Amino acid sequence: MSTTLRSALPEAEEDEPRDLWIDESGSDRAFVLGSRAIAATVLAITAGIGLFLAFSAVPTFGRYGFGFLTETQWQPEADILGIGAVLIGTFTIAAVALLFAFPLSVMTALYIAEYAPARIKATLVSLVDLMAAVPSIIYGLWGFTLVQPHASAFALWLHQHLGWIPFFRVDADPNAAVWEQSRYTASAFVAGIAVAMMVVPMACAVMQQVFSQAPPGEREAAFALGATHWGVVRTVVLPFGKGGIIGGTMLGLGRALGETIAVVLIISPSFDLKIKPLEIGTNSISALIAGRFGEATSLQLQALLTAGFVLFLITLGINTLAAMVVARSRSGQGADA
Amino acid sequence: MSIDLDPRPVPVTAPVLRTSLRTEPSSTDSVPAHARRSLSRSTAEQRFELIGCWVAALALSWLVCDRIMPWDGVLVFVAVTVVVGVVLLAVITAIDAGWPEVVDRIVTTVITLAAALVGLALVSTVLFIFVKGYKPLLHLNTFFDDMRGVGPRDALSKGGIAHAIVGSLIEVGLAILVAIPLGIGTAIYMTEIGGRFARVVRTIVEAMTALPSIVAGLFIYTTLIVGLGVPRSGLAAAMALGVMMLPIIARASDVVLRVVPGSLREASLALGASRWRTVWHIVLPTARPGLATAVILGVARGIGETSPVLLTSGAASFMVTNPTDGVMNSLPLFIFSTVRSGEPIYIERAYGAAAILLAVVLVLFVTARLLARPRKGSR
Repeated sequence: MSTTLRSALPEAEEDEPRDLWIDESGSDRAFVLGSRAIAATVLAITAGIGLFLAFSAVPTFGRYGFGFLTETQWQPEADILGIGAVLIGTFTIAAVALLFAFPLSVMTALYIAEYAPARIKATLVSLVDLMAAVPSIIYGLWGFTLVQPHASAFALWLHQHLGWIPFFRVDADPNAAVWEQSRYTASAFVAGIAVAMMVVPMACAVMQQVFSQAPPGEREAAFALGATHWGVVRTVVLPFGKGGIIGGTMLGLGRALGETIAVVLIISPSFDLKIKPLEIGTNSISALIAGRFGEATSLQLQALLTAGFVLFLITLGINTLAAMVVARSRSGQGADA
Repeated sequence: MSIDLDPRPVPVTAPVLRTSLRTEPSSTDSVPAHARRSLSRSTAEQRFELIGCWVAALALSWLVCDRIMPWDGVLVFVAVTVVVGVVLLAVITAIDAGWPEVVDRIVTTVITLAAALVGLALVSTVLFIFVKGYKPLLHLNTFFDDMRGVGPRDALSKGGIAHAIVGSLIEVGLAILVAIPLGIGTAIYMTEIGGRFARVVRTIVEAMTALPSIVAGLFIYTTLIVGLGVPRSGLAAAMALGVMMLPIIARASDVVLRVVPGSLREASLALGASRWRTVWHIVLPTARPGLATAVILGVARGIGETSPVLLTSGAASFMVTNPTDGVMNSLPLFIFSTVRSGEPIYIERAYGAAAILLAVVLVLFVTARLLARPRKGSR
């Protein structure tokens, strides 16, 4: 194939990119308008939900003031509504979930990206995705029936040995002859374990993707310098994947905060302002909504919507921050869009 | 930044390096032919140490738990075994290797154990549900009967959860009827047409994926059921599920469409195809496996979601096939309401329903995986 090349290009100053779609045919115009209409509908629906939630917060804050955020009691009969205790409970459950999920997901992601034999790597990635697809009620049943007895025994052990730390305190005698098992069940601790099962796959998937994008040149350089495998992981993979670790964890946190049904199945609702994850009784915003929507009057319904709105704002903030962290880190470089 | 150095000399790689650096092409045969050590695999000695350590750890742990300390329980035994095993491994490695090597062995072991723990949790979940729930599945009436007139004491040979299965299918079916065209249409608009408006849509849609499902349910409950007076029904539940799934499907499809190579679009346009034909004949067929995966995973998510349904559908104990006709049950809701009833046979039925739900999700997931598998040689 030979091409004759012109030795000198002709003068071409007024060269502007041609409009790609000059005369749109009828079907094209219909396509553009149609898809724009669909997008506008979706925008109206989704933005409508957000606006609806925001507007329903107005009368609630008008009536209860900003004390709504700090008031711990939810007593409709006394007209005292607040989400202070519930917010703390939500964060306690999420904290317990992260306490389990963070190390597990980092190490699982490292295992898949670094240590697993190449043959089973794809299978492991699928298994993690499968773990994310398992419905939350299944994890709820798992935590409620299978994990709870062991978790409460572990909680007792923690209370006996680390009870001097306020975090592990339970209002019961740790060394009683017959331990009050019921004091250690239905707690934020058990709910957190079930929620951790939902956080791990989300966080692990993000981290594993980022870890496997670690620059092969730097990896091999470290190996060539005589680094052990852990040396490579510590000096190349983990610094490279820092954004993925933070971002994945925050995405998981967003999921943990919004989880409803596993939490409702496990906890026994209470409205005490306390940070005692091992002890029976806690609450979360989503559990509050699930428990109270039925008998709510319109004002209380608005209060519940406000609680939901606060939850939505928190998860939205966390997700946005996570997306920014993932996008800003080196990890995003070279990735497609 | 410091790098852990492996102090042990690696004599094997040195000759290989020298040959490659040599300038004259002759006499490569004079270099003694070493078998290249596989970098990723462990040596026989290391494997022996590993097996020995864990056997010793098991034995020691038995000694500690069974003979010395009054600890019993499988979990304690496993925990002691792990701790003892890691310590033993560290000691054994330290005999003939330096500190970095010891750290490397410990970290490898701990990471592998953590991954195994996660795998065990997943396997235990699946096995637990199927072991607890297989009994109702042995009775065919579970699949074909509803719970009309079935009391808490009635045996498993009476009544079933057909109404929940059908309800789930109807609700999810209606939800995807709304969510798929809107979701994929929006994704097409965002990627194929673009512009400032598309960016606004994308921002809002991405933000709404953070909406907790219970809040979506509460929204439908407040607007449709309380506000407009629509009775609790399958339709309301389908709306709640649709509202929840819409941003998820739109976002996932957007990601899939964005990785369709731009050169394909340009080639099609260059051949004179209109934009519509390009999208319909080039972009969508290219993205079909990815879109199918996005949709199926969205469906799997929707079918297992309990909280929106809990608020909007009400629980019927009988077969309802008309989504506008009053309360309707579904699998997750059936599980949720019966497992807390305290009646042993009801709880067995709940686990049976959970087994069915899990099986449905597994089937959907495997289908999605098979569809998404890249064809051999396409990359």
